[in-house]
Amino acid sequence: MTDVTLRIDDVAVTVPKGTKVIRAAESVGIEIPRFCDHPLLDPVAACRQCMVDVPDAGNGRGMKPQPACALDAMDNMVIKTAVTSDVARNAQEGMLEFLLINHPLDCPMCDKGGECPLQNQAVSNGRGESRYGGIKRSYPKPTELTDILLLDRERCVLCQRCTRFGEQISGDLLLSLVERGAASQIGTGPSHEVSYFSGNLSQICPVGAITSADYRFQSRPFDLVSTTTACDNCAAGCSLRVDQRHGDVRRRLAATNMAVNEEWNCDRGRFGFRSQSDALTAPLVKVDGELQPASWPQALSAAAAGLKKLRGQVGVIPGGRLTVENALAYARFAGEVMKTANIDARARRGASAEEAGFVARQARGVGVTYADLETARQVVLVALEPEDECPMIFLRLRKAVRKAGLSVVTLAPVASPGSVKLKAKVVPTAPGDEVSALAKLKLDANTIVLVGERAGGLPGVLSSVEAAVQSAGARLAWVPRRAGELGALAMGCLPTGKGLAVDDMLAQAGQGSLGLVLGGVDLDDLADPMAARQALSKSPFVVSLEARPSAATDLADVVLPVATLAQQAGTFMDWTLTARAVEPVLSPQPMADRRVLAELARRLGADLGLPTYAAAHEAAGQLIAARAASARVPASPRQSASLVTHEGALVLATWRTLLTPSSRCLDGTDLTPRPATVVVGPNVASQAKLSVGLAVAVAGPDGASVTGPLVVDLGAAPGVVWVPDAPWAPGTVVTLGPAAPTTPTPNGQGGER
Amino acid sequence: MTDTLTPILTQTWDKPMSWKLSTYRANGGYDGLRKAFGMAPADVMKTVIDSGLRGRGGAGFPTGTKWSFIPQDNPNPKYLVVNCDESEPGTCKDMPMLMASPQLVVEGSIIACYAVGAHEAYIYVRGEVAHVIRRVRAAVREAYAAGLLGKNILGSGFDCDIIVHAGAGAYICGEETALLSSLEGFRGQPRLRPPFPAVAGLYASPTVVNNAESICSVPAILVNGAEWYASMGTEKSKGAMLYSLSGHVAHPGQYEAPLGTTMRTLLDLAGGIRAGHQLKFFTPGGSSTPIFTAEDLDVPLDYESVGAAGSILGTKALQVFDETTSVVRTTLRWTQFYQHESCGKCTPCREGSWWLVQVLGRLEAGQGQPGDVDKLLSITGQMSGLSFCVLADGTVACVSSAVKHFRDEFEAGYHTPAWELFPYEKSTLWASDSASSPKRGAA
Repeated sequence: MTDVTLRIDDVAVTVPKGTKVIRAAESVGIEIPRFCDHPLLDPVAACRQCMVDVPDAGNGRGMKPQPACALDAMDNMVIKTAVTSDVARNAQEGMLEFLLINHPLDCPMCDKGGECPLQNQAVSNGRGESRYGGIKRSYPKPTELTDILLLDRERCVLCQRCTRFGEQISGDLLLSLVERGAASQIGTGPSHEVSYFSGNLSQICPVGAITSADYRFQSRPFDLVSTTTACDNCAAGCSLRVDQRHGDVRRRLAATNMAVNEEWNCDRGRFGFRSQSDALTAPLVKVDGELQPASWPQALSAAAAGLKKLRGQVGVIPGGRLTVENALAYARFAGEVMKTANIDARARRGASAEEAGFVARQARGVGVTYADLETARQVVLVALEPEDECPMIFLRLRKAVRKAGLSVVTLAPVASPGSVKLKAKVVPTAPGDEVSALAKLKLDANTIVLVGERAGGLPGVLSSVEAAVQSAGARLAWVPRRAGELGALAMGCLPTGKGLAVDDMLAQAGQGSLGLVLGGVDLDDLADPMAARQALSKSPFVVSLEARPSAATDLADVVLPVATLAQQAGTFMDWTLTARAVEPVLSPQPMADRRVLAELARRLGADLGLPTYAAAHEAAGQLIAARAASARVPASPRQSASLVTHEGALVLATWRTLLTPSSRCLDGTDLTPRPATVVVGPNVASQAKLSVGLAVAVAGPDGASVTGPLVVDLGAAPGVVWVPDAPWAPGTVVTLGPAAPTTPTPNGQGGER
Repeated sequence: MTDTLTPILTQTWDKPMSWKLSTYRANGGYDGLRKAFGMAPADVMKTVIDSGLRGRGGAGFPTGTKWSFIPQDNPNPKYLVVNCDESEPGTCKDMPMLMASPQLVVEGSIIACYAVGAHEAYIYVRGEVAHVIRRVRAAVREAYAAGLLGKNILGSGFDCDIIVHAGAGAYICGEETALLSSLEGFRGQPRLRPPFPAVAGLYASPTVVNNAESICSVPAILVNGAEWYASMGTEKSKGAMLYSLSGHVAHPGQYEAPLGTTMRTLLDLAGGIRAGHQLKFFTPGGSSTPIFTAEDLDVPLDYESVGAAGSILGTKALQVFDETTSVVRTTLRWTQFYQHESCGKCTPCREGSWWLVQVLGRLEAGQGQPGDVDKLLSITGQMSGLSFCVLADGTVACVSSAVKHFRDEFEAGYHTPAWELFPYEKSTLWASDSASSPKRGAA
C-alpha cells in the first residue's frame, strides 16, 4: 500500500493511503474530539464533532470544513484542527454546545461521570457557559433494553455507535434509531435474539446513555483500581480490564488487544464474575461425616495422612480452569509426589484416548492466530459453534466475512444463529458424521480448520480431521472451551502410559478403589454429573482444592481453599497457543493451588521444586518451549467412526451455549440465556406429527427430559434433534414427543428466569 | 408579453384528459423515444449533454454529464431513480406536472434508461400525494398495456421496467442518498459520499438519480434537438423551466419560461402582486434559498445570476410575500418545517433547528430577550456548512437572509408580538383591504 504525506497543524504526517485524517492526526499526537468515530466501526460522520479546516485538499483547492473521521488523508493535503484554525475551533465549540443543550447536567450521579468522553471534551474543547436557557428534552428513565442493559435517552448524543456495533460487529440488530429530528432516539431493533455481545454497547457509548444494570450506581470510575489481565471464561484469550474497589471486583471491561479481542468482549467475559464474598476462607475437614472448619496445619496433615493411606491408588483431576503455573504443580504432584500417571485436566465430556493423542500434538504445534483467520480464504468449523464456544473467534470470523470475503463452512446439525450471522455454508451433519462430511469438502493451503472440544466425544473425527488437514496442506487448530485446558495439557496434565483418563478415574473411584485430588472441578461439567457425585461419595479419600464451595465440596474429605483468579498471578494458554498473563487484581492474595500443593507435598516428604511463583512461571515456560521444540508425535492410529447408528433413531445434537443456565460464573448475574428451543428437520417433525411452536420434550436414556418450543430448520441434518445445553452427550439416541402439560408453580413462573 | 412563455412541459396541460396516454400520443408523445431508439445510447447521452439541460431539483448539475458518470464496465445492474419527492415549502412544480402529464416522466425515464444502459427505473413519489401516485401508477399501467414498457419496447429490443414507489413522508428523502436508503427499505437518512450513487447507489449498483422535471425535459430535447433547447435560456443556463409562483400574486401558478427570465417579467405574467399591496420579499427557489426583496426583481432567474445575487435558483419556487406579512412569522414557520423534517442523523441540524425554533418562537410572541437576534445568527453560523447534508444549510438560509433584510422586525420581537405588528388575517386571501382588526390572527 502506498503512503501519503499531509500536513496537520503544520506537522508533516505520513500514513498509508486510505487512512482517515482523524487517525493520521492521532499518529502524531493531535487529538481531534469525536463521539461517533470509533476505529473499529465504519465512519458515519454523524456527530460532526471532529470538523477540521481543509485549506488545501491536496489539489491546491480548499474544501469547506470536513469531518476528520470520514475524510481520507491525501498527498499534500493541509489540515488545520482547532489548535491552529479558528474555523475548526468555532465548529467544534459550536457542535459541543449543540450536544449539550439537551444533555442533562446529571454528571454527579451518572455512572459515566469521570470517564465520560462528553464530559472530558466539554471541558477540553467546549465553551465555559451555555447560552441555552430553554427546557431540555427529557424522557422517562431508564429504559430497560435487556435484562442487563439500561438506556437513559436524555443523555444520548445519537452517535449511533451502538446501532453500528450491532450491524457491523456482532450482527445482532439489538438497537436501532427510531423517530426523527430532535425526537430521534435509540430504540430496540428488529433482532429478538439475546445478544452475546451487548455489554460492549455500554463500553463504547461515549456518554452515560447505555449503562449495565450490574454496575449502575456501584462506584465512581476514579475510585476504582484497574488491572489489565486475561479473561478466565473461555480459551479465547481476551484481554480484560478488571476494576476493583474495597477488595472486590466491581466490573470487567474489554481491554484493547488488537491481536485477540480488538476492543470487544462477550457478555460472559464481561459480566461472568462472582463476588469474593462467597469465596472459601478456611480449610474444611470431614469429621464424622461432617465438614468442619480447620486450621491450615490440621487440614494439610489430614490431607497428607489420607493420601498416604491410598498407597498410590490416587487420581488427580485438575480441571480446565487453572493457570499453567498451578497446572504444573498438579502435574508434579501427581508424577513426583503421588507417583501416578492418573492425571487428566479434561474434566468434561469427550475425554477420549484418541483426543489425548490429538491434543498432545496440538499443544505443541505452531498455532493459528486470529490474524490468520482474517487472511484465510476458507474456514471450516468442525464440532464448533464459535458464537457459543469461543465468541472472539465468532467476531473475528464475522469481520473477515464482512471485510475480507472469507467463506465459512460449518459441519453442523442445524443452521445456528451464529452461522446465519457468519453467512456460513452449513453442511448438515449429524454428530459423528463429520468424518464423511469432511471427506466431501475441498480443503487447500488457504483453509483453516477449527475443531471444537465436542469432537473428542465423536470417535474418529479428530484423527480424520488431522489426516484431511495434513493431506490438503491446510492448517488446523483445536478450540477447547476452558481457559486453562490447553495450558494444563501442555504442563502434562494428561494420562500417559497406563494412566487413567478422567472417566476411568471416576469409574474406579466409584468402585471405591481410587482416591481423588480435585483442582477446582465443577461436577456438572463432567460427562455424567450424577455418576461423578456417586464416585466422589464412594471414593476412599477425596481432597478438593477450590476457591468457592461447589457440588464437590460436600463430598470431599478435606477441602483446601485456594486463591481465586482475581487473587493471583498466572498464565493461560489460549487456543492460539499464546500465553496470556493473569495479573492479580485483589490483595491480600491467599495461597494459590501451587502453594497449597507444595505444602501438601512437604507433609508427604516431597518437594515440588516450585518454591515461588517466579520459579513456577519459569519452569512452565521452559516446558512449553521444550515441547514446542520437540519432534512431532506421530499421528495416532486412524480410527473409523464407531458411533452406533440406529436405523430410524433420533440422534441428539447439542452444545453448551455461551450463557448456559448451568454456568457457575453466571450465578448472581442478570444475564439471560437464549430461550431453549428444540430444532429438527422437516422429516423428523412430520414423522413425529409435531407442529412448529408446539412445546415438545426430548427424553434421554436416563429418563430425564429437556423441553422447548419446536423449531423446524429446513436444512437440518436428517434424524437429528438439536437442543441447547442437553445433559447428554452429542450422538446419544433420544426420543421426541409433546411435552407433558406443566402445572404452574405457585408464583406462576415455573423455572423461567 | 405572453410570448415569453415556452410551453414545452406544459404543452398539453389544457387538453381534455391530458393525463391519458391517448392525449399524450396525439400531441407527439413518444416521438422522442422513437427518435432515441434510432440512435446509439451514447448519442442520446451526447444530445442531452449538448442541450445544456441542468438538474431541475435545485443543484443544477448538468443532467447529461451525470449520466456519463455511470461506469459502463460495472458488472452490476444499472438503475435510474426519478426523484419526485417534492416536499419543500413553496415548491410545487413536479406534482402538477405529474398530474397533468404523467406520460412525460414515463417516456423520459425510458430514454434515460436507454442512454445509461439501465433496465429498471424507480419513480419515487412523495408519500403524501396519493392522487399523484395513483396517476403516475395509472400512466405506467397504460404504458405497459401499450407495449411502451416491459420487453422489447416498440420493437427496439430494449427492455425497461418502471416501479412507482411511494415514500413515507419525509422531506429528507428528497436528498438523493437518503432517497436511495428509503427505496432500499432502510431509514431515510443521507449516506456518506464517496461512494457516489453513480458508482454505488441503489443496492450498491451504479445509479442515476434525476429530478422529475429534468427527466420530463428529455423527450422534447430528443424531438427538437439539442440546438433548439440550447437556443433558449442564457449562456450557461440553457433551456426553459417551470417557475412556480405562489403567495400574494394575482394569478399564482406554473409559468414555463426560458432560464434567465426575471421576477419582474414573471410577476407581470402573473398579474402582479395582489391588488393594493406591494412586494415585501420572495424566495427565488423555495424556502431553503436566501430571500430576495424588491431590489432583486431584475435579477435574471438563472443559476449564475441568482448565485451572484446571493441566493440559489433552487426549485424556482417563487413564494411571494407582500407588506402584510410578518417575516418573523414566516421564518418561524419555515424553521418549524426544517426542525420537523430534520432526519436527526447529525448534530447541527437536529439540535440547531430545535434551538432556532425556540428563539424564533419567543421573538414572534414578543418575548425575545435582548441578544436573541445575534443568537439566531450565531446558531446559524454553527450550523452553516457543517452538517451532514444540505438540509441544515436550507434552514440557515431562510433565517440568516431574513435577519439580514429585516433585522428591525426581529428586534421588535423583544417587546411586541408579530401578530400586533402584522395582524395575521391581513395576509390571508380573504382579508378585506379596509378592515384592520386588532385581534390576534390564527397562528
